[in-house]
Amino acid sequence: MSAMPAALTPEWTLPSRGRIGMYCLIAAEAAIFTIFVVAYLFYIGKSVNGPMPRDVLEVPVFYTVCLLSSSIVIHFAERALERGQLGSFKILWFLTFALGAIFLVGTGFEWRHLIEHGLTISTNLFGTTYYSLVGLHALHVSVGLIGFLIVIAFSLAAKVTEAHSPQISVFALYWHFVDAVWVVVFTVVYIVGLRA
Amino acid sequence: MASESVPISGSIHLERESGRTWLETLHEWVITVDHKKLGLMYIGLALLFLVIGGIEAMVMRLQLAVPHAQFVSPEVFNRMFTMHGTTMIFFVAMPVMFGFGVYLVPLMIGTRDMAFPRLNAWGFWITAFGGLLLYFSFIGGDGLYGAGGAPDVGWWAYAPLTSPAFSKGHSTDYWTIALLVAGFGSVATAVNLVATVLSMRCPGMTLGKMPLLVWMYLVMGGMVLFTITPLTAAQMMLMVDRYLGGHFFDTQAGGSAVMWMHFFWIFGHPEVYVLIIPTFAFISEIVPVFSRKPIFGYPIMVAATVGIGFVSMSVWAHHMYTVGMASYSNAFFVLTTLSVGIPTGIKIFNWLGTMWGGKIRYSTPMMFAVGFLFQFLIAGLTGIMLGAAPFDWQLGGSYFVVAHFHYVIVGGILFSLFGAFYYWYPKMTGRLLDETLGKWHFWLFLIGFHLTFDFMHIPGLLGMPRRIYTYEPGRGWEVWNLIVSIGAIVQTIGTLCFVFNLIWSYFRGKKAGNDPWDAWTLEWSVASPPPVYNFATLPDVKSRRPLWDIKHPEDPDWKYE
Repeated sequence: MSAMPAALTPEWTLPSRGRIGMYCLIAAEAAIFTIFVVAYLFYIGKSVNGPMPRDVLEVPVFYTVCLLSSSIVIHFAERALERGQLGSFKILWFLTFALGAIFLVGTGFEWRHLIEHGLTISTNLFGTTYYSLVGLHALHVSVGLIGFLIVIAFSLAAKVTEAHSPQISVFALYWHFVDAVWVVVFTVVYIVGLRA
Repeated sequence: MASESVPISGSIHLERESGRTWLETLHEWVITVDHKKLGLMYIGLALLFLVIGGIEAMVMRLQLAVPHAQFVSPEVFNRMFTMHGTTMIFFVAMPVMFGFGVYLVPLMIGTRDMAFPRLNAWGFWITAFGGLLLYFSFIGGDGLYGAGGAPDVGWWAYAPLTSPAFSKGHSTDYWTIALLVAGFGSVATAVNLVATVLSMRCPGMTLGKMPLLVWMYLVMGGMVLFTITPLTAAQMMLMVDRYLGGHFFDTQAGGSAVMWMHFFWIFGHPEVYVLIIPTFAFISEIVPVFSRKPIFGYPIMVAATVGIGFVSMSVWAHHMYTVGMASYSNAFFVLTTLSVGIPTGIKIFNWLGTMWGGKIRYSTPMMFAVGFLFQFLIAGLTGIMLGAAPFDWQLGGSYFVVAHFHYVIVGGILFSLFGAFYYWYPKMTGRLLDETLGKWHFWLFLIGFHLTFDFMHIPGLLGMPRRIYTYEPGRGWEVWNLIVSIGAIVQTIGTLCFVFNLIWSYFRGKKAGNDPWDAWTLEWSVASPPPVYNFATLPDVKSRRPLWDIKHPEDPDWKYE
């Protein structure tokens, strides 16, 4: 057997390093969240004093719907950018940002409600695990919102074109991850742990 | 012949004018994003901390050499073992493995840099900052209370020792934050390694044609993503406890000290494999080249590495048998722990199979590799002993455990690492390390190692607990401790030979040329040290030994693979 002529060798393609990098980051972040979720589950019902979740916790249905629907909107924003529809990209992208921001504001209201009812991070184990887990998620939402703002700024300066579609889709992966984490946090905090 | 497109050496002329000032050189190293410079800085950082961590070990051994010694105070002794463990794992072993990784992986896969060069620089500098923070604790750890100093909670930092009540001042906080930021650096570099291996390979280098070193760094990078992050999470929780009055590990408020143990060892055990897998990588490159044979059983080596990566994630609680777990937990962790022996055994047999019938050249790298094979086997055997829960109930927390894991880390990891230094130093600097000094280094270190760590098992069997400040005469421990301390001095002399060799050979060593060992992987196809751009034209790879194909066009490997 002899060497294949160059023309017959298949084209050399490799996966995008941006996507691989983001998948790796998501894997690492998922491990961090896993530890916090395990801690939350382990400490359900172990607080030695109140207030308990059943006394103070309210299920944030509206804000959850906002955050989860932002995953759908960002998908359409990506599509719009791919096709070069810059106008609709801008609108959809801002809508995604707004939905995320509403969620973050909702977390703020929820925390104020809890603090008024006497629950802080040092009150009991519920407070410690609750504020840590939800706070870690809120931190990731905040980082995402900063990312959205940067893109909005570039977009308003007309610096975002369909050439940036790969970068935008890498960022969208992060946002989908933040939403997926919320599904887990919501299940653990507001379904499994609510009656404790 | 298509394989001729692999360039033997690049020849683009990019020479800077000589006669730069000291400041310009410093500036160049500080702002660099070149993977070779960053790799060397990682290695330099690790060597610096190796000396510091080694001094801490010597302080401990002098204190323990004779009974009732008062060489240092008990408080200082506690700081020494804490700082020794933390330094050696996080600021010697991790940076040096990353250093070799970021230096070698792009060269071996035929590319010009890492996937994310700036992230690479960030990873290095944040790690260096972490090391600085850790050592700043010696002066900064007092806080406003006058208590503290360097961290003294042990490198596991078990709760409730780290609670504000028992750990006043800021020493524990320096420890926490240092490991937190160094952990960010490790994750960043791991992301970078995985992305580089998957997305930057030169044409023709399919996954099945990558050098084993690259495969093993891919597995190592993937493991770091899942290994360092649990520690990051646990450190965040500890900070919530210490700064915000949280109760994660506060047993008074319903928290659990055992949770910290789980979180720490979910990091701690896979971490051992994160460190040992790169050493497997070095051995897998050195043994074939010095046996003049291709590696035996390449696919099974890859499979065994991936297997170790997976199994190692489910063995952590074998560090916790003495805590008292349910019998089914014990059984599970005994079974998983012992099963690690299977892929590891496969590897040892594959290296032996590579040497079998080869024309072995006993240059210094190969001597260290053979030392590794023998000592790693012994370390594995005591590991299997300790992996069995009933045996561990007897000897957990004794000097037997200390002897076991130092056998892994020094006898295995450090020996292989020394081999890697002798093997790749010519590529990194353009000059060979001196062979005579190398042989002195090897024999002194080998003798010192066996004096220290063979005999350290015995006081452990006689019941000497780890981390004790001193001991009474008449327990039968004295002579063993004295031998152990003498061995530590011999190892220090051996290490000094090595450090002297590193410096002397940089100026006076024999010129290496591109390929001093007649090796087969791509890094030896470029100049020593490699040019900034690595490859003038990207190579086109047809087999696992691209350089063999070039040197032996009449009998290339790709005909048989």
